[in-house]
Amino acid sequence: MSLFETTTLLAAGAKGGGQIADAVQTRANIFEMTQAAKDAVLRPKDCGAFPHDLRAALAARIAARAKDMELAQRYAQAAGARTDISDPAQNSGTDDAVLVAFVDKVAGATKDIAADDIAQLQNAGVSDADIVRLCELVAFVAYQVRVVAGLRLMQGTKT
Amino acid sequence: MSRIVHKFTRQVPEWRPRVTPVNLDEATPEQLDALKVTPSNTKVSAYVLTLAHDVESLSVRSPLFNAIMYDEGGMSRAERELGAIAASMVNRCIYCAAVHADRHAKLEKSTDVTDKLFTQGTDADLSPRDAAIFTFARKLSEGVPSASADDMAALREAGLTDEEILDLILSSSLFGWANRLMHVLGDPVRTEDTV
Repeated sequence: MSLFETTTLLAAGAKGGGQIADAVQTRANIFEMTQAAKDAVLRPKDCGAFPHDLRAALAARIAARAKDMELAQRYAQAAGARTDISDPAQNSGTDDAVLVAFVDKVAGATKDIAADDIAQLQNAGVSDADIVRLCELVAFVAYQVRVVAGLRLMQGTKT
Repeated sequence: MSRIVHKFTRQVPEWRPRVTPVNLDEATPEQLDALKVTPSNTKVSAYVLTLAHDVESLSVRSPLFNAIMYDEGGMSRAERELGAIAASMVNRCIYCAAVHADRHAKLEKSTDVTDKLFTQGTDADLSPRDAAIFTFARKLSEGVPSASADDMAALREAGLTDEEILDLILSSSLFGWANRLMHVLGDPVRTEDTV
């Protein structure tokens, strides 16, 4: 995969030879590591309680709620049967309600998170290792959404 | 006894996890390997031991973090810290804000900027260049990023190059990531007898 084929640069519409290509090239290592981080949270070898399709669905949901429909669409393609979660307009089933509510809050209202939010997950039977896995997924997508938004602004395209 | 710190400060608090960190004695070979790639392996912090629950992410995140904050060229280290502080204030990550306000003050040899930010808030009276940087990073960090073409234009008017703007996007976005680990997975605490 070439630098400009990484998910972040594709979603931002940044192209080799384009307006910001020179600046991007100076940080090629960072975009390559960003892609490795994406793989680590979207398609890890050890999924814990969250299989790949659920992870993709959650990533699509986070991007959509941050109003990045381009990135949301890319992740939704890998959501398999979990479109109940990838579409933020849909209510999730009761099995995942606690999980989805937590993801929405961490992604969109980070400052309001308190100890009780973690306790609720623990009470719902989510292991500590899975809580960390979930936070890493949300946190990475939150980072990526913002890098993509910033790159689009650099290129003068509307977000 | 310890109390949770709720106000922004440059005095770095302790970090107390809300989940049980990995016990080093029970760590898998993969976890032990990942723990070596962190900046200091003489004493592994509770934060890093917590993140070791997701060893694949930890392994890639540590070098990425260091590259974004410390690689040569582009934006100055102090200005990258300003991007980190802006994100941490939006997300109210008291711990991250303290660490990076302290670094900013040391790099600048001045507490002026962070004093203003912590007393006057996000509308603090900063130099035109710092104000453009802080405003862009703050808006990019909101729940739905709201940085606009006008905010980008303000960066260019303040004299930032493309390379500097890219580093600002990366450093403030990186703290959208770091805050969602640090602020979510633990509490910033101070022991009662600490002055």
